[in-house]
Amino acid sequence: MEVGLSHFLVVSTALFSLGIYGVVTRKNAVMVLMGIELILNAANINFIAFSRYGNFGLNGQAIALFVIVLAAAEAAIALAIVLNIYKTYNHVNVDEIEDLKE
Amino acid sequence: MSELFIINISIAILFLPLLGFAVVILFGKRFPKLYLFEVGIITINLLLSIYVMVVKFSSYINDALVYGFTWIDFGNVPLLGPLNIELGVKIDNVTVIMFFVVNLISMLVHVFSLEYMRGDKRFNRYFAYLGIFTFSMLGIVISHNLLMIYIFWELVGLSSYLLIGFWYEKKSASDAGKKAFIVNRIGDIGFFLGILILFTSYHTLTLDSIFAQISAGNLPFDSAAWLTATGILIFLGAVGKSAQFPLHVWLPDAMEGPTPVSALIHAATMVAAGVYLVSRIFVMLTADAMLVIAVVGAFTSFMAATIALTQNDIKKVLAYSTVSQLGYMVMSLGVGAYAFALFHLVTHAFFKACLFLGSGSVIHAMHHEQDMRQMGGLRKKMPITYAAFLISTLAISGVPLTSGFLSKDGILAGSLAFGSLTGHWLIPILGFVVALMTAFYMFRLVIMTFHGEPKNQHKFDHAHESPFVMAMPLVILSVLSIFIWYTPLPHSPDAGWFLSSWVKTPHTVVPAELSYDFMISETPVVEDQYSEHAVVHSEKYTEAMHHAHYPAMFLSIFLGGLGILLAFTMYQWKKIDPDKLSNKLSWLYKFSLNKWYLDELYDATFVNPTIYLSKALAWFDNTIVDGIVNGAATVTKFFSAISGWFDTYIVDGFVNATAFFSGFVGIAFRKLQTGKVQTYIVLVVFSVLALIFIISPF
Repeated sequence: MEVGLSHFLVVSTALFSLGIYGVVTRKNAVMVLMGIELILNAANINFIAFSRYGNFGLNGQAIALFVIVLAAAEAAIALAIVLNIYKTYNHVNVDEIEDLKE
Repeated sequence: MSELFIINISIAILFLPLLGFAVVILFGKRFPKLYLFEVGIITINLLLSIYVMVVKFSSYINDALVYGFTWIDFGNVPLLGPLNIELGVKIDNVTVIMFFVVNLISMLVHVFSLEYMRGDKRFNRYFAYLGIFTFSMLGIVISHNLLMIYIFWELVGLSSYLLIGFWYEKKSASDAGKKAFIVNRIGDIGFFLGILILFTSYHTLTLDSIFAQISAGNLPFDSAAWLTATGILIFLGAVGKSAQFPLHVWLPDAMEGPTPVSALIHAATMVAAGVYLVSRIFVMLTADAMLVIAVVGAFTSFMAATIALTQNDIKKVLAYSTVSQLGYMVMSLGVGAYAFALFHLVTHAFFKACLFLGSGSVIHAMHHEQDMRQMGGLRKKMPITYAAFLISTLAISGVPLTSGFLSKDGILAGSLAFGSLTGHWLIPILGFVVALMTAFYMFRLVIMTFHGEPKNQHKFDHAHESPFVMAMPLVILSVLSIFIWYTPLPHSPDAGWFLSSWVKTPHTVVPAELSYDFMISETPVVEDQYSEHAVVHSEKYTEAMHHAHYPAMFLSIFLGGLGILLAFTMYQWKKIDPDKLSNKLSWLYKFSLNKWYLDELYDATFVNPTIYLSKALAWFDNTIVDGIVNGAATVTKFFSAISGWFDTYIVDGFVNATAFFSGFVGIAFRKLQTGKVQTYIVLVVFSVLALIFIISPF
């Protein structure tokens, strides 16, 4: 059986769904960040898959590289925010951080 | 001395008293001595008016100095033609003479008041009022158009109101002020209508232009009757101001004012205005209008004289004598003796001012006692006042060697000439009867006041001669009542400068068929409206006057002497008892004492009906009009209530329901807004999924 586009899409969909699940269900901010990473990587898989099987040249791969860099930067900032949240609240539970609500 | 210079000086004379009025009324409260400013101004005014008179008579005796400008130019009004209103002054010989008379008497009254009004709490204001009174009168005299005359005319009315009601704490004084004002207004309506007729017909209010147009044969509405009516209507204004029957009733009541004010009103200012006005419109009077004027004048003079016979208040006698003498002047204008009317205006101004100031002096000495029955014997106590008073009384009685003799004689001769030319003999007869009565009641006054025994010993003992400032005006005025100032020959007024060169009768402008033939000159008239070179009279009238002169003179001397004799017989020598006589003629006596019951008649016919009508109208207002208004208010209130209910429950209900609904929805949807990112993400994911399912092609 030859591996085709749909396999990649299934994997990325599964990964995306896991990422969403992680973002929605986890209370720990770090876990939420990890979910976001999964979502980004699901998108990366899609980019590369379409790059391979579609007639789009290397654009998809280039964008995937951008996404990786962006994810790294995002992780750096997000972790910095999480650290600050931890300093302020002594926990990183996203449910209980609702000071901006008022 | 250019003409313009004289005109400017005259205008300065006009406005100086206004300045005095303004300054004293504005700053009088702060500076209690400010009345001296007003007295100073009036003195300057007198000097200036003497100067103007001298220049006028020496350089411009035959020319009227006119200065006018267009105040409002309406342009060419559709249907009417060119229309404009001019303002301006005309200074002719009569003007400068009146300037002198008004300013002199005003000045003397000012000086007299310094003592008479001493201690009055509104001393400054009194002098301010005197100032505006003088200003108004000078304005009438100097104006060359009817509009300005009318404005100053009303100002005279206002200032008389202020001065007559000066002691307004007294109800009688404030009532008298109101009466003077209202009665004058009645006459002014006629005056105003006359002005309107002239303006409608001639589109100008300048007297000379009007006369020029009448002279050219332009009659108001092309009708002789309208011209007559106009003359009579304007005369009606004079009837009010100069206190002619039937509008004379205000004048005796005006005695409520301070006595110097009475002198000013009765001699120089207010009552002279009416005579002056008639003299201004004299040339446009038709024969019919002149007859009306002559009859009104003669009747007024007769009626007032009969009333004066029995009055006991010293000022009331003088008041009625003023009415009577004004009747003379008006009659004189009516019979065509124009110059004599103005002559009598001047001579009367001096001796009547003297009489009033003299009575003021007496009243002052007697501590405000005005009843002659309480006086008597004052001759010894007040020699100066007595002498001045006596000279003036001789003058008003028409005794030879006085000014009154000259002017009165002229008027009587004029009326006699009129009688002989037209057959209206009643007018001269009334005139002569009045001459008799005048002499009688004036000497009755003198004898009751100054002769005999004192009736009230207490007041007599306190009486004293008035101080210098009060005596000085009396002396000046009585000296001016002697013939020498007017003519070198005591029996012939025509020889005097007043009549021979100062005041000439202007020639009538009325078409010949509407005027008395004796008013039309047989020789052609110089057609120059600014010239005073008019004929003295037509030859016919002059001749009739000439014939009438000596009979009138002797008759008036005889009647005057008879009146004086009668007065002495009754009051000095007591040969005839006045009480017995009045009992015998009680009906006549009461008729005279009660002033012909005219006040009662007016009360019954005009005043009370007016009051009842006012009350009826007030009732109508209060019940019907107010009822309608209140009814409308009630209806409005009812509808407002409905509208208010609708607003509160329906409109507000909708609004509140909307708000409530919004709130409800808000509460419902609020649950969705948890503030938790994860909830939103779930919603986003499911929404995207739903979208995919909706728009997917599968």
